[in-house]
Amino acid sequence: MIPLSWYLILSAVLFTLGVTGFLVKRNLITVFMSIELMLNAVNLSFVTFAHLWDPVKGQVFVFFVMMVAAAEAAVGLAIIISVFRARATLAVDQIDLMKL
Amino acid sequence: MTLDLLHLMPTDLFRILPEVVLTITGVLIMLVDASLPPHVDRRNLGWLAALGTVFALLASQAQLALLQLAERTGFYGTVETSTFSIFFHVLICGIVLVTLLIALDTLPENGHHKGEFFALITFGAVGMCLLTSAVELLVVFIALEISSIATYVLAGYRKENGRGPEAAIKYFLLGSFATGFFLYGIAMVFGATGSTVISEIATRVHTGGHPGLILLALGLMLVGILFKVSAAPFHIWTPDVYEGAPSPVVALMSTAPKAAAFALLIRILYGAFPALQPIWTPLLWLVAVLSMTVGNLAALRQHNVKRMLAYSSIAHAGYLIAAFAGAGNTGITAACFYTAAYASMNVGAFAVVTLISGYEDELPLIKDFRGVLYRTPVLGGALIFFLISLIGIPFTGGFFGKFFSFTTAMGGGAVWLVLIGLLNSGLAAAYYLRLIVSIAQKPEGESPVPPVAQPIGVAVSAALMLAIAATLVLGIAPGEVLKNAAEGAYELMPHSMQMVNSLVFF
Amino acid sequence: MTVPYSWQYLPLLMHICFAIGLGIFMLVASWFIGRRRFSKVKQQTYECGMMPQGDARGRFSVRFYMVAMLFILFDVEGVFMIPWAVIYKKLPSLGCSRLFGFWEIVVYLGFVAVGLFYIIRKGILKWSDDRADL
Repeated sequence: MIPLSWYLILSAVLFTLGVTGFLVKRNLITVFMSIELMLNAVNLSFVTFAHLWDPVKGQVFVFFVMMVAAAEAAVGLAIIISVFRARATLAVDQIDLMKL
Repeated sequence: MTLDLLHLMPTDLFRILPEVVLTITGVLIMLVDASLPPHVDRRNLGWLAALGTVFALLASQAQLALLQLAERTGFYGTVETSTFSIFFHVLICGIVLVTLLIALDTLPENGHHKGEFFALITFGAVGMCLLTSAVELLVVFIALEISSIATYVLAGYRKENGRGPEAAIKYFLLGSFATGFFLYGIAMVFGATGSTVISEIATRVHTGGHPGLILLALGLMLVGILFKVSAAPFHIWTPDVYEGAPSPVVALMSTAPKAAAFALLIRILYGAFPALQPIWTPLLWLVAVLSMTVGNLAALRQHNVKRMLAYSSIAHAGYLIAAFAGAGNTGITAACFYTAAYASMNVGAFAVVTLISGYEDELPLIKDFRGVLYRTPVLGGALIFFLISLIGIPFTGGFFGKFFSFTTAMGGGAVWLVLIGLLNSGLAAAYYLRLIVSIAQKPEGESPVPPVAQPIGVAVSAALMLAIAATLVLGIAPGEVLKNAAEGAYELMPHSMQMVNSLVFF
Repeated sequence: MTVPYSWQYLPLLMHICFAIGLGIFMLVASWFIGRRRFSKVKQQTYECGMMPQGDARGRFSVRFYMVAMLFILFDVEGVFMIPWAVIYKKLPSLGCSRLFGFWEIVVYLGFVAVGLFYIIRKGILKWSDDRADL
């Protein structure tokens, strides 16, 4: 059997990829996808720990995270569309009406 | 009346009664809004929302009856009713009420999805209220997201402007990023302790577990929460979002979600990780100093009033976090009090700014505020009053907020922190005074377009009155609020009451 | 006698074969039984009995992103209904009355229904009138 720690390492790697993507990518949709990747990495952690401790609790958490991620996706895409309508671009660097 | 409610409905339902009332109000607003023909003005829905908020406030008052029961939690140990949660419920409902009253008179006449505006504020309030009474991390997460998603949408409400969507996308992306960290923290704490109930986590952290995982969890969760309260290393979004969001929304989201997030911070730190206090105290020490200094230094350079207030709110988060250096539960008491004081003065300040600059921010700059005192003495006077409170001059809520925060920090032995805080208060006075001077200057001949074309409405006057009254009460007779805050703190941490007694002396 | 595990899928296989067979049968039967006559009216584009007008390749917006967003939301609603359906019969043995479970899901679906009502009333599912502000 594959040890639990492998799943955790995979989850950590995915999470780090998400964080890196968020910081490096320059397109709003890609940045948004990075956030989704982070959430799904967390889901993997939850499922792993659910296997370790309490199968119900961890998996219920995953359900709710999926639900919230869907709600966030809907709101996020709507906001991205309104940004595109207002500025005709999705490049992060060009959304700079307000600066320090 | 209170006892009747206790016997009238299942106690579990009673424990979330304010949230239920707010949810029903929000759903009703949505239904009515969708049923009305498109051209009908939705203003009255705002009154409906305000009414619902008042009922929610009364419901949380009525929850005091629940404190007689031996059982403190409901819904399988996920929701707790205590003086702590009731304190924050009342505070949040008050802020939401004031915001709704501001929005009633300042939203543009027609169109603009007014109905949804009120519904979103009520739904956001549900999340914020639930966040203060949740004692299980799943419920905490859901509540956090309910309040966040509502405020993401509200932040981008001025779609035509270009700044609105930009504010919304910045808030949304950074907010979700922080949520990701918070969630990963929850996963780690679940992995380390096998529980997501805050009190169980505390006992299992105490008895061991995996120290590495727990430290990681604490750090990740702190990132998420400190983002929500816009403390220093995680504050980047604040000025942009405050500038781009409509002012009534800023009045809400600079106070209510922050109050809820501070409640969560207190619960997580003192409820789940009291054993790690030696570790998180220095961390928060650093965050407090950074927030104060960065906020105040940046605020000095601003020309836009809302950006200036945004940086000032970062600094205030710093003053508040300074209270966490206090010993025992005095820190909780001071932090709760500061939250109330900060909320009342900041919501008032943004109410006046909305009236002076207008919903579309026609007059955003400090120099545009020149001569407001002469053109509309009431507004000018009110804004000066709130700014004085933000500086922290006696007989206003801001003074006692800072006073308690710094004295508790001193009691906890953080002398340097207090010194830096006092220096920062002096620094902060400079930019507040700049705005006050601008307001009080004689208007020049060619001063910009006359502000406040519209007469000040009934609703927004009531909002201003409420905010001024709250700030004055907190500044002149803080005893009652402080007592409530201390009771809440005592319920969270029953061990060190004697320190609190030294504060309640006021 | 022991039956191999995979044999329990035999009914499924039969079902699939029957479905495919039925489809083929209907096509072939109509080919042989049906009459074929070609006239101008018969060859015209079918448009619900009306006289066809305009080009068939006209473009209209299906508001893809709006439909997609709503799909995400309503799609995930199912996440909570499946566990509920699985556990519903066992509720009494878990110390919970079935009536409680019933009302819980009614409340949940009530919220979904409110959302649906809102969407329909706001005209988001009406593709014919293309408003710019959606």
